[in-house]
Amino acid sequence: MTMRNVLLSAAVLSASFTTLAQAEEVNIYSFRQEFLIKPLLDRFSEETGIKVNVVFAKNGLLERIEHEGQNTPADLLLSADIGPLYEAAERDLVAPIHSDVVERNVPEQFRDPDGKWVGLTSRARIIYASKERVKPGEITRYEELTDPKWKGRICTRSGKHTYNLSLIGAMIAHHGEAEAEKWLQGLKANLARKPQGNDRAQVKAVKEGVCDLALGNSYYFGAMITNDKEPEQKEWAQAVNLVFPNQADNGTHMNISGAALIKHAPHPEAAVKLVEFLTRKEAQEIYAQANFEFPVRPKTPWSPLLQQYMSDFNGDRINLGEIGKNRTLAAKLVDKVGFDN
Amino acid sequence: MNAPAPALNTPTPRRFALRRLLPGWYGLGWGTALLVMLPVLSVFWLALFPTENIWPHLTTTVLPVYIQSTLILLAGTGALSVTIGVGCAWLVTLCQFPGRRLFEWALLLPFAIPAYVIAYIYTDLLEYAGPVQSLLRGLFGWHTARDYWFPEIRSIGGAILMLTLVLYPYVYLLARASFLEQSMSIRDASRMLGCTPWQSFLRVSLPIARPAIAVGLSLVSMETINDFGTVDYFAVKSMSAGIYDAWLNMGNVGAAAQIASLTLVFVVLLMTLERLARARVRQFTSPDRFRSIDRYQLRPLQAWLALLACALPVLCGFLIPFLTLIEFSSAHLEQFADSRFIGFAANSFTLSSSTALLAALIAIVISYSKRLHARSRSLQTAARLSNLGYALPGAVLAIGVIVPLAAFDNGIDAFMRAHFGFGTGLLLSGTPAALVFAYCVRFLAVSGGAVDASLSKVTPSMDMAARSLGANTLRTLREVHLPLIRGGLLTGVLVVFVDCMKELPATLILRPFNYDTLATYVYQYASDERIETCSPGALLIVLVGIVPVILLSRTITATRDSH
Repeated sequence: MTMRNVLLSAAVLSASFTTLAQAEEVNIYSFRQEFLIKPLLDRFSEETGIKVNVVFAKNGLLERIEHEGQNTPADLLLSADIGPLYEAAERDLVAPIHSDVVERNVPEQFRDPDGKWVGLTSRARIIYASKERVKPGEITRYEELTDPKWKGRICTRSGKHTYNLSLIGAMIAHHGEAEAEKWLQGLKANLARKPQGNDRAQVKAVKEGVCDLALGNSYYFGAMITNDKEPEQKEWAQAVNLVFPNQADNGTHMNISGAALIKHAPHPEAAVKLVEFLTRKEAQEIYAQANFEFPVRPKTPWSPLLQQYMSDFNGDRINLGEIGKNRTLAAKLVDKVGFDN
Repeated sequence: MNAPAPALNTPTPRRFALRRLLPGWYGLGWGTALLVMLPVLSVFWLALFPTENIWPHLTTTVLPVYIQSTLILLAGTGALSVTIGVGCAWLVTLCQFPGRRLFEWALLLPFAIPAYVIAYIYTDLLEYAGPVQSLLRGLFGWHTARDYWFPEIRSIGGAILMLTLVLYPYVYLLARASFLEQSMSIRDASRMLGCTPWQSFLRVSLPIARPAIAVGLSLVSMETINDFGTVDYFAVKSMSAGIYDAWLNMGNVGAAAQIASLTLVFVVLLMTLERLARARVRQFTSPDRFRSIDRYQLRPLQAWLALLACALPVLCGFLIPFLTLIEFSSAHLEQFADSRFIGFAANSFTLSSSTALLAALIAIVISYSKRLHARSRSLQTAARLSNLGYALPGAVLAIGVIVPLAAFDNGIDAFMRAHFGFGTGLLLSGTPAALVFAYCVRFLAVSGGAVDASLSKVTPSMDMAARSLGANTLRTLREVHLPLIRGGLLTGVLVVFVDCMKELPATLILRPFNYDTLATYVYQYASDERIETCSPGALLIVLVGIVPVILLSRTITATRDSH
């Protein structure tokens, strides 16, 4: 065989593989741990016969998509926070998702107006207050965290953590940069210790008496109170009341885990099919229950645990894009007030 | 030299013609160095395109904090690692005390434990709710954190301790090899001239070992600079924190690359300073390695102190974390039966061993061409710069690998589309080959250091003798140098193997779909603060790492037959 023939037959082979593959797979670059979404993906594969392949990493995937360019194998981007989704849209790495199913199932504040990213579950950033040392109703708003009476009584993880950046982004969106900076400064002044650890560690610190209030995402409560493998986490959760701030005004700050369709996705139809599947009632129930998040789809029954502890609160209805926009500024404010130092 | 005396052979004209088409050692050395430098060059290139100028913001806010923390980390980790590494190496090599033979290899064991595992375990032990503080509270009747003072493990001091525990073996390894190689006669001469053992150590052994210690220290420093996992976990704001922040929170890859490049410039500066400080001091051994070492007999009290000094790093760096992992694992034994688990282990093993061998090959090519062209400054510089990948945070290095590989893949694809009407897609990106390339770039400093150190000790008269007997450069390398540097080479291979087993950030970003190594599997859970769940994986990383570590110790000991 001449070189040309070899190349041609290789081409035919690879082309036929590609078409075969096109029919039956979706490739995901995920910022979310694979084990959190695995059951759902398996379910999707069972139902549709479409195979799902995953790469999980905490960072660097956007650069991978960017440089792989037209040849990227990635179809979908999954993220546990609005940050990377917004960033992907900003860098023109995504294509809009046009789907009636998605638009029907996902409320407007949880998706981009043009479909560049879609929320799949939501979570609230709440205040964990010590049962012993904080009276119910003593704190009701994020803004009150700067009150001098909390001096040396508040714990939080790094201001640079993406969950806190989104919260600060929301403060900027509602109150403007100057007010948000003042708020951050006041919060910093009330911290019991240098920001460190993750959200669970803050609740633990409340239990241990290091502080009385802690900022944390809502689903950690579920994860702790049902933790049979490490029963001490149940004690941490039992030591706190959950406060959903700002019920009378803006509502509690919400964030999403979500998905975006890659611009040069080789299997866009299958990818959109997967996103639609994830927003349907059945998947929403499993998705939300697996990690104690809230389903984004309205009228999806919540798990008994969520109903018991978290039902009927007002979430912030601001579009998450408004918050994504403020993240760089939020990161700079954190530096400016020396929040983490 | 145990090779038969080479016969003079006249090359046939045909072979001669072929050879002329091949690149010489100069081109080969340069080419290889350049290939390895590509990711670092990519980072420099990315630094040219920031989305906004971040420096006014940085200099007025957190830059002083970043610089200060990094310097403290470097100084602390460096000083502690050298103290422990050199001190213990000297004790086990030149002193006689109970347990000495055990410590010879046990001191290397902490090397097998990944830094993120050790950081996690010590936080668990030493924080407020951990067993240590609970015990103290129980003993003294304290109730809350406000009743007493206890050092905060999540601090810069904690980070220094953790990094030291996993990094001192680099210094120990190299210092020990150097002490073993040192001629006994020199020491005897110093003693006869009136030096006490201590003076002899300070004025003779230490200066001779200095190049080796410097290599060890530079490895420790680069690891300290590139570390993000530990400092992030301990809330220390070092330069890597700044790089990640600009990149991920401010969406400014260019600015992140600028900070990373600046850090690299700093590393180059440090390396150059060290080199200048010992310029023109070249040593070649006249080995008296068949003479065994006469060790100092320590008095009982001294012996006990020596034992304690060697036991402490092993206890803290290995035994405690190892036993904790075993305890965690006992609740998750079923994972060892998981068939996927064997697959992860196989991936780790294949990647690590191929990298170890390839990195050794690259190290030989670069070192040897450097030796053959000792006058070429550009080649010397290229060789030094090819080590820089080690100083980049793993995730940044991964981006540096993505850029050239994707450009290569897309270039070929476009070419094939244009000329043959079909595309080839991504050939290298997202394959295990990309991982091996990244590992080689990252760990060349390690294998290169080991090979360089051994090769530089071979006296040039060996080359001259071999060449004048008619052996060509390749044959000289194969039959003269390789047997002589066997020990150093094997050291490089083994250390790189263990390092690859532990590598995480670059693996995460560059790996193919549905592909896990033991480290990524562990990280999935560890990043969700559930290390107990994946402790069998972590344990396996350690266990697989122990074997080469023990081999390593034997390799070094074998350089001198000591009884």
